[in-house]
Amino acid sequence: MIEIPGLFNYWVVVFLMMAGFYVVISQGNLVKKLVGLGLFQASVFILYITMGNLSGGQAPIVTEGVFVYSNPLPHVLILTAIVVGVATTAVGLALVVRIHEAYGTVEEDEIHSLDMADEETPRKGDDRPGESRE
Amino acid sequence: MLIAVVAIRMRDLFGVVILFGVYSLLTAVLFMDLDAVDVAFTEAAVGAGVTTVLLLSGLRLTRRWEAPPRHNPLFSLLVVGITGAALVYATLDAPLLGDPSSPVHKHVAPRYLQQAVEEVGMPNIVTAVLASYRGYDTFGETLVVFTAGLAVLLLLGFPDGSESRARSSALGDQLVLKVVVKLLVPLILLYALYVQFHGDFGAGGGFQAGVIFATGFILYDMVFGSANARAVMPADWLPRLAALGVLIYGGVGIFSMLAGKPFLDYSALSADPVQGQHLGVLLVELGVGVTVFSIVLSIFYALSGRRPRS
Repeated sequence: MIEIPGLFNYWVVVFLMMAGFYVVISQGNLVKKLVGLGLFQASVFILYITMGNLSGGQAPIVTEGVFVYSNPLPHVLILTAIVVGVATTAVGLALVVRIHEAYGTVEEDEIHSLDMADEETPRKGDDRPGESRE
Repeated sequence: MLIAVVAIRMRDLFGVVILFGVYSLLTAVLFMDLDAVDVAFTEAAVGAGVTTVLLLSGLRLTRRWEAPPRHNPLFSLLVVGITGAALVYATLDAPLLGDPSSPVHKHVAPRYLQQAVEEVGMPNIVTAVLASYRGYDTFGETLVVFTAGLAVLLLLGFPDGSESRARSSALGDQLVLKVVVKLLVPLILLYALYVQFHGDFGAGGGFQAGVIFATGFILYDMVFGSANARAVMPADWLPRLAALGVLIYGGVGIFSMLAGKPFLDYSALSADPVQGQHLGVLLVELGVGVTVFSIVLSIFYALSGRRPRS
């Protein structure tokens, strides 16, 4: 078997991170942007876990006869980060749902053009005075 | 990697979400290979299970097909390419995979590995670090989850609306599914309890247990209809349960303060410090589990109880 160079994991991380980044900046669909953020997030998780790995190590649960364990600290950080990640994704999703209810679309361009159209034709006696745009 | 690329190209968002679930599961396998059992566990439960369900119920409320792209992707590809190249260049200095002399392994980790069994008295060091050494962090994370859940509820309103869709389930009336789910749900709940209380000996803990427990309810909800699920776990209990979980966690901290020790120092809980640690970790994990369970489930209720805009 060909020996995989030690940096291979980092390159996978960079690739996945860039894939997520690309989705976030280039795609107009808000749900897809959320998936892109998830990709990005997962790549960061892989980066941390890669750093915590130790060659010849075992999972950090103390058992007799095992003396080398991988680093538990990154595991702890990422474990909580995953759960926080799903919670924040849900917040994003809730925002997307509300945006869809307000605009009827989740495409960034359409939302933008709707906003611009609103701005160009200011209605007299605006029924939403609280909605000022800075 | 391939899955990620396909997911970017696809315009059917349903497919994108399912592929994202597969991607999460593969990530979990990778974590397992890298000796991170707890993390793999969490990723499999959260990424492949809950996130997919939540994204799908979000999709139900918006729309399935993505509009064709209007911009030229070249510019963003260029930006991404440059950033990626810079990052790859940076990795050339990074320590190799599994290198014992890398800085990550030099700082506090050896101390945790050597002292955790004597000081906290539990073989799973991840749980020991999570709940005891870094209890502040975990308290913060629990609060973030709590806040995020509240934000979702504020945005989507408290879930009610079960009267209108009473007795109808998301998947329709399917006998095979009903029988299978009826068999599975008790096992899932039992397994979640095992994960919750066995977390200090094996892989597991409050975060995973909360998610798995919520998964059981979500499954029940999908097959038997939300009215039935809400009869078992009323929606207006969930925010209270979430607050109760945070209260348990914080209460343990306050108790140790009142006993003259620093915040979240569990040795105050019992005459024997190790036993106190054990009790403290168990209580704190319980708080985390309750909060995570109720937040995940209330997010699901909030998303699934809402009807799509006609």
